[in-house]
Amino acid sequence: MAEKKNCDANSPKGNNCTHHSEERRTFLKQSSAMMALALTPPTVLKAADLDEKVAEKFEKVPVTLEINGVKQKLSVEPRVTVLDLLREQLNLTGTKKGCDYGQCGACTVHIDGTRVNSCLTFAVMQDGKKITTIEGLAAGEELHPMQEAFIKHDGFQCGYCTPGQIMSAVACIREGHANSEAEIREYMSGNICRCGAYPNIVNAILEVKNGGQKV
Amino acid sequence: MSINYIMKEQLLKDGVIGDPMNRVDGRMKVTGRARYSAEFELPNLAHAVLVTSTIAKGRIKSLETKVAERAPGVLAVISHLNSPKVPGFAQHDHPAEPPTGGQPLRVFYNDKVYSNGQPIALVVADTFERALYASSLVKAQYEQEKHTTDFEANKEKAFIPSQAKNNKNSHLADYVRGEEDAYKTADIKIEAEYTQPTEVHNPMELQAIVAHWEAEDKLTVYDKTQAVKGTQNAFAKDWNIPVENVKVIATFVGGAFGNGLHTWPHETAAIIAAKKVNRPVKLMLTREQMFFMVGYRPHTWQKIGMSATADGKLTAITHESIGQTSSYEEFTESTLQQSKMMYACPNVTTRYRILALDVSTPIWMRGPGEATGAFALESAMDEMAYALNIDPIEFRMLNHTERDPEKNLPWSTKYLKECIQLGAERIGWEKRQLKPRSLKFGEWLVGYGMGVGTFGANFRMARARARMLADGSVIIQSATTDIGPGTGTAMVQIAADALGVPPDKITFQLGNSAFPHSPSQGGSSTVSSVGSAVHAVCIALKEKIQQLGGTAFSAVTPEDITIIGGMITVPNDASAKVAYVDLLKQNNLQEIDVTAEAKPDDERKNYSMYSFSVHFAEVHVHPVTGVVRVNKVVSCADAGTIVNEKTAGNQMIGGAVGGIGMALMEAAVIDDRFGRYVTKDLAEYHVPVHADIPKVDVIFVNKPDLHVNPIGTKGIGEIALIGMAPAIANAVFNATGKRIRELPITPDKLI
Ligand code: FES
Ligand code: FES
Repeated sequence: MAEKKNCDANSPKGNNCTHHSEERRTFLKQSSAMMALALTPPTVLKAADLDEKVAEKFEKVPVTLEINGVKQKLSVEPRVTVLDLLREQLNLTGTKKGCDYGQCGACTVHIDGTRVNSCLTFAVMQDGKKITTIEGLAAGEELHPMQEAFIKHDGFQCGYCTPGQIMSAVACIREGHANSEAEIREYMSGNICRCGAYPNIVNAILEVKNGGQKV
Repeated sequence: MSINYIMKEQLLKDGVIGDPMNRVDGRMKVTGRARYSAEFELPNLAHAVLVTSTIAKGRIKSLETKVAERAPGVLAVISHLNSPKVPGFAQHDHPAEPPTGGQPLRVFYNDKVYSNGQPIALVVADTFERALYASSLVKAQYEQEKHTTDFEANKEKAFIPSQAKNNKNSHLADYVRGEEDAYKTADIKIEAEYTQPTEVHNPMELQAIVAHWEAEDKLTVYDKTQAVKGTQNAFAKDWNIPVENVKVIATFVGGAFGNGLHTWPHETAAIIAAKKVNRPVKLMLTREQMFFMVGYRPHTWQKIGMSATADGKLTAITHESIGQTSSYEEFTESTLQQSKMMYACPNVTTRYRILALDVSTPIWMRGPGEATGAFALESAMDEMAYALNIDPIEFRMLNHTERDPEKNLPWSTKYLKECIQLGAERIGWEKRQLKPRSLKFGEWLVGYGMGVGTFGANFRMARARARMLADGSVIIQSATTDIGPGTGTAMVQIAADALGVPPDKITFQLGNSAFPHSPSQGGSSTVSSVGSAVHAVCIALKEKIQQLGGTAFSAVTPEDITIIGGMITVPNDASAKVAYVDLLKQNNLQEIDVTAEAKPDDERKNYSMYSFSVHFAEVHVHPVTGVVRVNKVVSCADAGTIVNEKTAGNQMIGGAVGGIGMALMEAAVIDDRFGRYVTKDLAEYHVPVHADIPKVDVIFVNKPDLHVNPIGTKGIGEIALIGMAPAIANAVFNATGKRIRELPITPDKLI
């Protein structure tokens, strides 16, 4: 298991793992048939099902995450990023994929209160942690002050970078890095807005900071 | 807002056009509820990952797919070896929208490789991770041919595009006004070459599609596009099925800047895959793939020769350009347009050429060719102003023209002089010294520069449908998209004014090919075109109400009818008053449903119609490191009526940011040994970030141009960017005395 985890976890794009994984796969397919048969009523067994059962047993890891206040017990492959878990498995598509390389900030979420590029971290690394996404920022229908400020100052155009900008902006204030326009620009520079709404975003953050509301 | 009075008189006194209304979809966007194309949940969705070529030219000798096919969860590995036939490929030119000359890439059609990074296989699996992993197991072997990607080394192979060859009146054909190349024999002349490197749109949303065959001949795609109708037509032709059997949904588009104006190979690849595995298939490109297959602003070489009299009158301009294209499509753009019409100049010559290389096809990128052309022209204007020792603003004023010298027509409206005056004041132009290296801020050199931009005030046929429900609320639909400018918001404001119904009672729906026709969202034409259709459908709605009201409203014009609080009234006639619900009841109706069309009229032929902008920049340049900081930007636009100050202002800011990127950092670089981009992510290909962007001051002249369309808008999207790069280059010259003619202006060029 340890070997497998290393390979998959460090090489999400599959680099250098080809040979090894193939061997492992073949081995699993051959050796686990008997055990899988023992676990499953024989009437429902088809080749594909068998494959899935094996995969479930050997390729997934249990993870507990508290996402937007809800504790979730999940079973995920070690190579699944937090970003892909949110978007592809939990239908939380508010968190955006803009590069998948940690270069754009579109995927910013809070993990235990810290802003994190969710494309750069695997779900299994966050076991037991609290994750807040853009969907969890508002209190029900009542928007978070930063969301209100983004609307008021038109801090977006296409809206694709916006969830990341807002999550980052909230953290920026909480960190104490929003004391001047220049400081905001510096500490928000990990969040690219290709539409170029930057000055409006800075104005939104300044207003929330200066308004003294609790973020 | 005082400048909107013409509209207000025409429509309603308390109208909302011009108000800085918050976006109608703002809440969706700040809460993460706005769904972009990859975010539609479909049952049994499969995931796809592309495999791309690693050579720039040749053929695929063999493709090893067996290992990938056996990998867990894999449903199919599709390539030219096993792809279902796309009937449209064989019958006629692949129907790209809008059309480019030539034959757009037919994905998985044969073993030919035309560019590096071309899709050669698609792996489909039940999860994204499994597809991604299996894609690494596909191995290709090639028969490589010698490729050509080096622009500079192959410039002499540039040619006249077929469109110009076949039609001498084409805007791309060689143009001579007065005497050809007259600058050559003049006393005071300058001659200079300018280079625009390849720039990549790189919207934050990666290109993505979910393709779903709902039946054998019924296709639905959730697709990132700027043209749901164009895309619908393209896929209907591809698959040889009725247009109405194709549904294209693009409810939210995460930026595009032009790269959604063409259908691309990955879209067809996903559609092929959905057919093959008989499940809906989702495909999202990687950031790296965005550099290789969804267009870019083409590498362009330009040369300007310019002459003038000693007292500052232009006597001749010759502007030549060569733009890059692919080996299979003739991509062209209007690089030389501004040089033909911007200044009073008796002798103008332009020559436009393209150069085919072993690369993928470019596509218009914000401002498109005009932005590239303006970099050269407005830099040259600055160079000439220095040669003449005249202030660059004065030089432009001296050559201002009150008529379009190219078409020999009056302008519909032109407030460029006003823009220049307002902008100069705001930037503090009086601080500028004519002599470079005169001003300092601490150890930084300070410089001021300006550049003018222009773009055609386009208007294309569009339709809209309006339904007024029993509760008095209104739903308006048109098949446009919104890539970010705030289309829905502007349309609601236009409808609110035309109907007299408050904005919160009006919903505007877009991004669906089943809605009435709208042109692609490009060429700064959406508000003019779709806005006019919305205006027309609102008038049609009132006409319908008037008709249904019979004698009650027979004495008035539809424009007089107002709808307030569910009551239909006319001014100065208290008896003409009917509750909307009663009107419906009397006529046995559930709602009123009308469709209307707006299209350019002949009146437009009497004028030359352009939007104008001027950009001012104050830059600080570090004399030792060559770092350039843009300290202040002022952008001023003559764009006709401003429908929403807030969103329009934001659009101008976005253009300024794009222009700063173009001027200072953006360049996609190919390693010609491999014919492959080495800048292929956002760490290598730099775009502006927060720290690069100062406050951007936006000024609108805000005077309606009712010759262009009934709302008076002229378009903002392009002029927001056109002219910004030369403004910065000119400011850098003013600060340092160094004229950089090859973008981007990186520190190495200044030290
Ligand atoms: S998607 Fe994570 S930083 Fe870009
Ligand atoms: S709003 Fe489009 S990228 Fe920021």
